[in-house]
This record gives sequence, C-alpha cells and structure tokens, in this order.
Amino acid sequence: MPILEQVNPVSDSDLTNIQKTSSINDTKSHNIASHSGVSLRPDQVPIRFDETWFSYNSEPVVKDINFSITPGEFAAILGPNGSGKTTLMKLALGLLKPESGQVLLFGEPAESFTDWYRVGYVPQRTQATESRFPASVREIVNFGSYSGFRPFGFLDRGRSTRVDEAMEMAGIEQLADHRVSDLSVGQQQRMLIARSLVRRPDLLVMDEPVAGVDAAGEEQFHSMVRRLNRDLGITIVMVSHDIGAVIQEATTCACINRDIVFHGPVHQLDAQALSGLYGFPVDVLMHDPEHTHR
Amino acid sequence: MAEIFQYEFMNRAIIASVLVGATAPAFGVFFVLRRLSLIADTLSHVALAGVAIALLTKTFAPVIALFATTAAAVSIEELRMRRLLPGDAALAVFLYGALAVAVVLISIADGFNSTLFSYLFGSVLTVTQTDLWWMATLAAVIVLFMLMFGSELAQITFDPDLARVNGVRVHLLNLGLAVLTGATITVSMRVVGVLLVGALIVIPVLISLRITSGLNRTVITSSVIGVVVAVVGMVIAYYADIAPGGSVVLTAISLLVVAEMGAVVLRMSRRNSRCSVLNDHAHAHESHAHGADGDGDQDLHSHR
Repeated sequence: MPILEQVNPVSDSDLTNIQKTSSINDTKSHNIASHSGVSLRPDQVPIRFDETWFSYNSEPVVKDINFSITPGEFAAILGPNGSGKTTLMKLALGLLKPESGQVLLFGEPAESFTDWYRVGYVPQRTQATESRFPASVREIVNFGSYSGFRPFGFLDRGRSTRVDEAMEMAGIEQLADHRVSDLSVGQQQRMLIARSLVRRPDLLVMDEPVAGVDAAGEEQFHSMVRRLNRDLGITIVMVSHDIGAVIQEATTCACINRDIVFHGPVHQLDAQALSGLYGFPVDVLMHDPEHTHR
Repeated sequence: MAEIFQYEFMNRAIIASVLVGATAPAFGVFFVLRRLSLIADTLSHVALAGVAIALLTKTFAPVIALFATTAAAVSIEELRMRRLLPGDAALAVFLYGALAVAVVLISIADGFNSTLFSYLFGSVLTVTQTDLWWMATLAAVIVLFMLMFGSELAQITFDPDLARVNGVRVHLLNLGLAVLTGATITVSMRVVGVLLVGALIVIPVLISLRITSGLNRTVITSSVIGVVVAVVGMVIAYYADIAPGGSVVLTAISLLVVAEMGAVVLRMSRRNSRCSVLNDHAHAHESHAHGADGDGDQDLHSHR
C-alpha cells in the first residue's frame, strides 16, 4: 500500500534505544540523548513536557510534568478519573495553554505549532456524533485530507485515494456512505482513526478511544493500533484507564495523578507504581513477559 | 397567477424573498448542528435595538443595525471562546439586553412605533431597488464565503477541537460566520421581520435534515427549501392578503410538519414490512418443523 512507503520506519534497534532511554529523557537539555549515543533533535521528538503546570479555577490539575514521547513509542497515559490525563493531552495538542512551563510538539511550542499534518487526534467523543449530524463517513474521513486554507479548494472535486486507503486500513470501507449518526461507538472511533490516517501522521494521540466499545470491538481496535505502531512506525499516545489492555499493547507508560507517578517502559511498571497511582494496593500479573514488552 | 407579477413592488418582493430564502438557511445548518439556533434570535433582537437607536437618532436604520449585530456577534463569540460565559448564557444576556435597550428607547421616543413595527414584522412590499442591490451583494459575499470556507466550517461544526488540531483557524472563522449571520439578519428583517427571521434560518434546515443526508447536500437543500417557502409564503400572502413574514414562516412550519409526518409514516411502513418478513420467516420455520406431516418440497422452497 502506498501509505506504507510514506512513513519513516523505525528499526527494532532504534525502538530498543528509545525504550531504554524513555525514562531518562526528562532532561532540560534541548537534544534527547540515548545511552547508545542516539541523539534526537528537538524537532524529532513528538511530544515533550517541560515543567508543565495547568490549573482550572486555581485548582492545579497538571503539576510539574516532565517527560518526553520519543519517535516510534506506543505510550500509554494511565491514571484514575480526574487525574489530568485529558488535560495533559489537550496541552500536548495546543488546545490549552500551560500556566507555566512548556509543551513542545516536534520542537515547537504546542500553542503556536503549525505542522498539523504530522499529528492525528482521536478524541473520546465528538460533539457531533451524539446528534443527527448529516455527514457521511466518507465526508468526515475526508476532513483528514485538509492541508490548510485553499481559496479555490471547492473546485477540486477529485476523489482522494488516500481517503479510500485510510478507510480500508481502519476497516470501515463498507461504511463509507453511512450517516455518521448511524454508526456504533466502535465504528465511530474507527472512522476518527481513518480521518487521522488520511494525513499520514507521525504522531497519533488518542483519548480513551475504546470507552463504550464492547470487548470484541476493543480487541479489534487494539490490534489495529498495534499495526499502525509496528508496521507504519506511527508514534502512538493513548490515554486509557484500562491497565490490562495497555500493558499488553504499549511499549512505554506514563502514570499520571496530577503529577507524574511513573514513566518508563511498560515492563518496569510494578505494583508499587500502580498502588501509588490509584491510592490502594494493586497487584500486577504478567502472563507473558515476551508479549508485554516489545 | 400572472397578476402577481404585474406590480413592480411585488416583483421586488419576490426577488428579495429568493435572496433571503437562499442565504439565511445556509448559515442555519452550522448553527442548528452546533445547537446554537438561538444565535439567530439573539442577533435579530440586537438588530431591533439597532433599528430603535437609528430611529431615535434619525440615522439610516440598516447601517446601525448592521453595526449593532456585528458588535454583538463578535462579543458573543469572544465570550464563548474565552469561556467567560457558557454559550447559551452569553446568547441569553445579549437577547434580553438588546430587547431591554429597544424597549427603553421606544419608551423614550414616542412617534416611531409604526416604522418600528415594519421592522418587527417585515415590510417586504416596501423593498426598493437599492435594497435589492444590497441584498444581492450580501448574497454574493455569503455564497463566496460558503464556497471558500465550506470545508473549514464543516470541520468546526463536527468538532472544534478536531478542527483546530487539523490546522483550521477556528476562532477567526467563528467570528466571520457570526458577523455574516448578523449581516444576513439585518437584510432579512426587511422580508420576514425581526421577530420571525430566526425561523427562516432554522426551520428550512430542520426540514432538510429530515429529507437528505450529506453535509453539502444539507446546505444546498436548506437553501432550496428556504427559497421555496419564502416565495410560496409571499404568493400566499398576496392572494390571502395576510402579513408576508407570518405567511412565509407558517409555510415553512407546514412543510416541516409534512416532512416529519412523512418520516413517521416511512418508519412505520418499514417496520411493518420488516415484521411481515419476520412473520414469513417464522411461518416458514413452523412449516419446516411440521414438515414430517406436510409437503417437504414446500418447506425447502420457503427457506430459499
């Protein structure tokens, strides 16, 4: 598929380096350096939180967050309700402005970032899918091909092959002409992923994408995201409260409860970190260490 | 029927109805889907306050109304975007505030009530050639705006956060949409009046949402329905000798009722046909179950 050719593949050795270094990337230097000497320029680092603080009505919900998401990572952001996970993602996408500190998106402050074609976003819910929104799935997926204001864009009525490819990858090609409001929650999430894939992003940010999806749909969804990360090298950041699923799929993990409780490779996530996160004792059972840490 | 076109004022009224009917609902799609239908009503009351100011200061009413709606549209959008007030609360404050201003000004200066009434309920029969040129210019601007920013407006309507992460300049476009809506309302109030202009923005959209799908098709269908109800309402008003504004809106509401009833009938007939298919299927199973004492060939046939 042509879409495969567009994405810079991340080799296994790079991934290993990234995983090794993810917990030590919380430095204030401009370059993100690894133990093995792999140095990433700031514009190569998808997301970097640097002493980030944010409050709603003087109540801090994000406190002094410092960590980076490096290319090729499948990072899970874990935390209980109200822990600031969604706020953190909104800061990362420039939808909120940090009170102090900064958030860098590919080396640029998120609020003034302009290379949006590099970023895909799948929110938990969209306001339109809950109403009788008249658009077809194809129309919504086609939003992903937006590349900035084009005064005479309306004259271009060509059918984009990228849109067809993205729908095929997300497994919704048969729903192309369905009305958005007729889709199930799982199908809507797949549509939003397809919309993000049209632009062939380097980074895909997802906020609790499987909330409200049944178990079978959840498994399908996770296997699709796994493919995007492994086969296409897309950096994935997924906010989740489902520890089990995340431990199976993600390579790194950041546990947030307003401040950062743990950040590192998933296999280092232990009961102590999770107990600290949720405020009560949590046991971690690793069924298959080979599978859990890729 | 030809009689209606013999009068110059009636021809102008029909042209004005076509222009307003086509442009007002096109904006309505974006407001109805974002559950901001009240914005039309709010801006029309602001326009009324503008008219009251103009009549008191003896200035040109449409220009003052345009300034008032533009200022209000920008203020409402800023309040909403900066989250200083929830969207519906900001609209309510402006709606009642503008109405209060109008009422106070009316009480201060007696004597212009008849003119004010023409803005309240519309005075399409007094539309001049100059008015028509203004309307046509605004309609051209609106069509251009819709064509150039259609994709951006659709994305914002679907989800403003997603649109922003897609690189759409959400705030600027929201401002543009609000200002042009204010301008549309200022122009439309000549046709249906301040009190009913909101209906012309919203009701054709509701009909369109019932009978079509696809965002672009919904915008176009809304405009077509807007033109149809405006012209039909105007013709009815002429022959029945009733107020044109009320006639247009009642025509739109009648069409909405027909569309909703049609949808209910369609749903019921689909359900019935589904039930009959299920019954046939159940009957086939029953026949199959009793196949031992019946005709085996028939059982097979019923399952095919």
